Amino acid sequence: VRTTRYIVIAKERAKYISQCIDEIKQELKQDNIAVKANAVCKLTYLQMLGYDISWAAFNIIEVMSASKFTFKRIGYLAASQCFHEGTDVIMLTTNQIRKDLSSPNQYDTGVALTGLSCFVTPDLARDLANDIMTLMSHTKPYIRKKAVLIMYKVFLKYPESLRPAFPRLKEKLEDPDPGVQSAAVNVICELARRNPKNYLSLAPLFFKLMTSSTNNWVLIKIIKLFGALTPLEPRLGKKLIEPLTNLIHSTSAMSLLYECVNTVIAVLISLSSGMPNHSASIQLCVQKLRILIEDSDQNLKYLGLLAMSKILKTHPKSVQSHKDLILQCLDDKDESIRLRALDLLYGMVSKKNLMEIVKKLMIHVDKAEGTTYRDELLTKIIDICSQSNYQYITNFEWYISILVELTRLEGTRHGHLIAAQMLDVAIRVKAIRKFAVSQMAMLLDNAHLIASNTQRNGICEVLYAAAWICGEFSEHLEEANQTLEAMLRPKVTTLPGHIQAVYVQNMVKLYASILQQKERSGEKEGAQEITQLMIERLPQFVQSADLEVQERASCVLQLIKYIQKLQIKEVPVAEEVIALFAGELNPVAPKAQKKVPVPEGLDLDAWINEPPSDSESEDEKPKTIFHDEEQRHSRHRQPEIDEEELARRREARKQEQANNPFYIKSSPSPQKRYQDTPGVEHIPVVQIDLSVPLKVPGMPMSDQYVKLEEERRHKQKLEKDKKKKKQKKEKRGKHHRHNSLHTESEEDIAPAHHVDIITEEMPENALPSDEDDKDPNDPYKALDIDLDKPLADSEKLPVQRHRNVETLKSPDSEAPLVEKKSKKPKKKEKKHKEKEREKGKKKEKEKKVVEEEEEKKKSSKHKKKKHKKEKDEKSKDKKKSKKKSHHSEEETTESVQNGTLDDEPLPPMSSYRLLAENPYIKMTYDIQGNLQNDSQVTVSVIFENKSTSFLKSMELNVLDSLNTKMLRPEGSSVHDGIPVPFQLPPGISNEAQFVFTLQSIVMAQKLKGTLSFIVKNDEGSTHEKLDFKLHFSCASYLITTPCYSDAFAKLLESGDLHMSSIKVDGISISFQHLLAKICFHHHFSVVERVDSCASMYSRSIQGHHVCLLVKKGENSVSIDGKCNDSTLLSNLLDEMKETLSKC
Amino acid sequence: MHANHTDARLCLLSSHAGYYTVLAEIAFKVHGPVLLRVFVHIMSEDTQQQIIRETFHLVSKRDENVCNFLEGGLLIGGSDNKLIYRHYATLYFVFCVDSSESELGILDLIQVFVETLDKCFENVCELDLIFHVDKVHNILAEMVMGGMVLETNMNEIVTQIDAQNKLEKSEAGLAGAPARAVSAVKNMNLPEIPRNINIGDISIKVPNLPSFK
Repeated sequence: VRTTRYIVIAKERAKYISQCIDEIKQELKQDNIAVKANAVCKLTYLQMLGYDISWAAFNIIEVMSASKFTFKRIGYLAASQCFHEGTDVIMLTTNQIRKDLSSPNQYDTGVALTGLSCFVTPDLARDLANDIMTLMSHTKPYIRKKAVLIMYKVFLKYPESLRPAFPRLKEKLEDPDPGVQSAAVNVICELARRNPKNYLSLAPLFFKLMTSSTNNWVLIKIIKLFGALTPLEPRLGKKLIEPLTNLIHSTSAMSLLYECVNTVIAVLISLSSGMPNHSASIQLCVQKLRILIEDSDQNLKYLGLLAMSKILKTHPKSVQSHKDLILQCLDDKDESIRLRALDLLYGMVSKKNLMEIVKKLMIHVDKAEGTTYRDELLTKIIDICSQSNYQYITNFEWYISILVELTRLEGTRHGHLIAAQMLDVAIRVKAIRKFAVSQMAMLLDNAHLIASNTQRNGICEVLYAAAWICGEFSEHLEEANQTLEAMLRPKVTTLPGHIQAVYVQNMVKLYASILQQKERSGEKEGAQEITQLMIERLPQFVQSADLEVQERASCVLQLIKYIQKLQIKEVPVAEEVIALFAGELNPVAPKAQKKVPVPEGLDLDAWINEPPSDSESEDEKPKTIFHDEEQRHSRHRQPEIDEEELARRREARKQEQANNPFYIKSSPSPQKRYQDTPGVEHIPVVQIDLSVPLKVPGMPMSDQYVKLEEERRHKQKLEKDKKKKKQKKEKRGKHHRHNSLHTESEEDIAPAHHVDIITEEMPENALPSDEDDKDPNDPYKALDIDLDKPLADSEKLPVQRHRNVETLKSPDSEAPLVEKKSKKPKKKEKKHKEKEREKGKKKEKEKKVVEEEEEKKKSSKHKKKKHKKEKDEKSKDKKKSKKKSHHSEEETTESVQNGTLDDEPLPPMSSYRLLAENPYIKMTYDIQGNLQNDSQVTVSVIFENKSTSFLKSMELNVLDSLNTKMLRPEGSSVHDGIPVPFQLPPGISNEAQFVFTLQSIVMAQKLKGTLSFIVKNDEGSTHEKLDFKLHFSCASYLITTPCYSDAFAKLLESGDLHMSSIKVDGISISFQHLLAKICFHHHFSVVERVDSCASMYSRSIQGHHVCLLVKKGENSVSIDGKCNDSTLLSNLLDEMKETLSKC
Repeated sequence: MHANHTDARLCLLSSHAGYYTVLAEIAFKVHGPVLLRVFVHIMSEDTQQQIIRETFHLVSKRDENVCNFLEGGLLIGGSDNKLIYRHYATLYFVFCVDSSESELGILDLIQVFVETLDKCFENVCELDLIFHVDKVHNILAEMVMGGMVLETNMNEIVTQIDAQNKLEKSEAGLAGAPARAVSAVKNMNLPEIPRNINIGDISIKVPNLPSFK
């Protein structure tokens, strides 16, 4: 790195670096590994500075494979920094890594593991999974812990490894070394966090760890894990509360305390009902959190607020009492803390404190520096007030005033939000319209303030709302003339186009209502004056550059000119003009459109009309706003307007409203709206309690309302007190302001107005709410694997086979996988089905376990011991129930081999048979045919070290027969054994595979063989031997092959099959079970099954077809078989007879 | 280059996150180039640079006495992820972690890391990090592997590092051990920062650390 240090100093960096890189390239070409390593080291530094060094990947590998640790480490470091899945040379590293993993030097292994953890690819994971798994039982804890941790990466890249590796991972939870234990907890927690339901069964184990461990890191992880598990199993939560509470009381570590509180909260959420001492725990949590929040450490404060917001969701009341604290946090100088506090406030409001909180927030709005935070405050205020359908607002006048006050904010981006609120409130709260209109009129009057200051910002959006409200509810307007004039000011033309358009439209509404007013009172001159005013001022809009404004304005202008003519003739026009805007608006829920069910027989993709033709009738309904308007207005010029016409226009108007940009978001399809919209008379009538004078001169001050509200409440309270003197009540002194916080209950506050908030409409038969689907690309989905299911034979980690297998099986290096791959798709399907079936069962089982535990807890104080005992017993029982005892790792296997079987639970089966056993070692084996090669079978042997000594130099040899021979490496004689490619530490098992070639497969074969090995223990080493007999049954030459029933029928029809049959008596097992046995042990698949009769099929490695017809009688089973080869068939049937007679 | 861009020296270690446990660990200096960085999952160089820039921008403008957490932006993988940092004199150490990690735990981990550096380099200074990037990486590798916390016990880490160094020396004999930068540089001044002593026994009290067992 000596050279690179100058980089820091060098000014002409780029030039220097290119020089450097040239130099490095030179160095890399040299043979001296030390020079190369140094060059790679420099490259690592350059990479960190942001330079691409992927071109040197091959050199990095060279350095990785150096024999000295110093260089190796440099190589691996570089690799971990720059290798990734796309690096093509990465596949060259497999063997090097494997070598390093098994290096006698623990740091070589360590460095390889560290490197691998950064650049593991699916291929590497698959190839090395088994090696890493062996390392998990390494004697050195340093290696163990790394191996355990890296398994997580392996699982991610190669999910198939999870199930085979999981038992050992579980063992590591109880490793004597705390580092290894912590790594195992880490990995399992990480796995469980993504797919918690698969790990529920580990809960008791974790529970034990939690109560026994003193390592805070481990505790934190476990407690976090429990937080993820409790939502799935509420009973677990009940058990957790106590130890967690104890921890909360006892620990001095804030981090642990915090996580405990968090998990208790999660538990409480999951328990939301039926927990007696519920409130005590919540109180405890809230108390502790308060301590955190009050701490001077900002970090604790932040976390405290974060956790508080979780409690808030389910237990708002307990948080509300800490309002003072939260409000204090708003003054904090740290913005993250302020934002957190704001979040909390959202959930804390109630009817009684809303005004107070908002008042505080308004003060903050004034004080706030920086627009982002202020905007955040603004949105929060609106969110808080509008939440759950304005639930907490008791006085809408106050709210409108708040909104109006907010419009004075300079430079906010949220004008449209305020506008939307104004519109929403004005439309939905009928009682407030009068007040709203007066406020809006004032806004319009002061529009110059809003528009001039902040034209670029969004605040002028409120004028949109103001204009619309004044126009639509013009009947409430007291000084309509003034407002109209305000809207016609020249300044308006500087507003954005869409606002001007609304202005123009609503001017007409205003005009209409003024006209009506004047005509009624007989002020003809006044009416004409107002018309004149319109005609004078409208041209400024006609000249607008905005198309829509122009269009609307010219229509309106023409309309009014026409009205003027009528007025001159002294024809009363007001009623007709006002009729243009008759009809009432209803708010429609935002989701309404989505929820409209598609009526039967309606094809949404079909043309509704024939493509437009020229002969459109004049009466055809307008389709766009512009059409609509033009038509509407031009039509109006005709003097005679009959009722029908009016009704039609009303409809047209509705249609227009449906198309109005403001409505669009919430309206269902227009036709639907008509049907579903109840008439005006359905809207609940509002009674206004006018006990409080409404008149507030000038711009409203929301504070006044707060005061008024308090007075009002006080009055109300007094009245109530009078009425209900007998009723027991807390005393409210005159200083109600103080105790109102604590004593007043929600229900006591009657809203100032009896306000009926018109609910948003939904179509009648709205569909249930739509669910969001999970992200299908979730990388953790692959790890959603049921871990409680017994392991199947095919589920083992790919093992490094001895050379022959790879060279002979197929030219492809992936050969060992091929057979597995061919099975995989089928497997997955099956897994799916089974999962579903087992889900129910599993749940029951889990519940049972928890229940049992609870019982135990009651009955005995030594619950842990007993629990353990019982567990042991259970597992013993399990073992007994298995037909044969098998190897621990591959203990059981999936029960069914064929997807067509279902319904019944099947006992576990294993195809691994005992090969030989002595006090040191146990061998079990399984034979599988090889589809790729018609004269080969693979024998997988599991070696299990039963002793306490180390077993090494294992060598397996068989005496070849004429027909069957073991495949040996080239150049070795037939008498040479094949070394087993691993050593066995005590208690460990591993699997090796051997390939045999066969001439004929029609007969079963037996081969004698010997395993020789060296036993090494403290006393020294001895040479041992174990003889065995390898039995090749005919079934082992068969390969489970699915077959469709039609193909099966054709095969039988062809007539070139030999036939034979057997009958076995005394069968008591179910037919289902029986089929499963045949499938599993004899490699058949079910073609069809009808009642207690089934046809089955299989194929030998040499292509013989074997067809079976299995029938079950009362107590017997008859099997008819057909096969190309009669000897094979009879041998197969004999084997089957033997299997079945064991049933 | 970013250094010119921000006129600040960033030192960024970011470790490979267990898919995303510890997403990125970044330590950068207030003014100057990135000293160290480790990224866990695969991103383009541009994204990495952008993350560093943005992180630096976010972290450096924060006051001294505000909380050490920053909620994740889109760049670092959304709301599940947080930036957790500590500021030591001229250096920032930043970890990006997801919700499976305890926030306070990570703060302590940073402390453990810095103290381990201090032990391994005997009074660590900023230049140590520049000159011995590889060593810093090696130390980090003993603590965080593939984005997952591997070891939190400082004594254990130091033991392993020492053993590896010994092995290296025995292999190299004379060649190894580059001369340490003796120049008078600002020390990182550890005792100044032990803010989280009040976090309790999980946190590390400077200078005497209770072990994590």
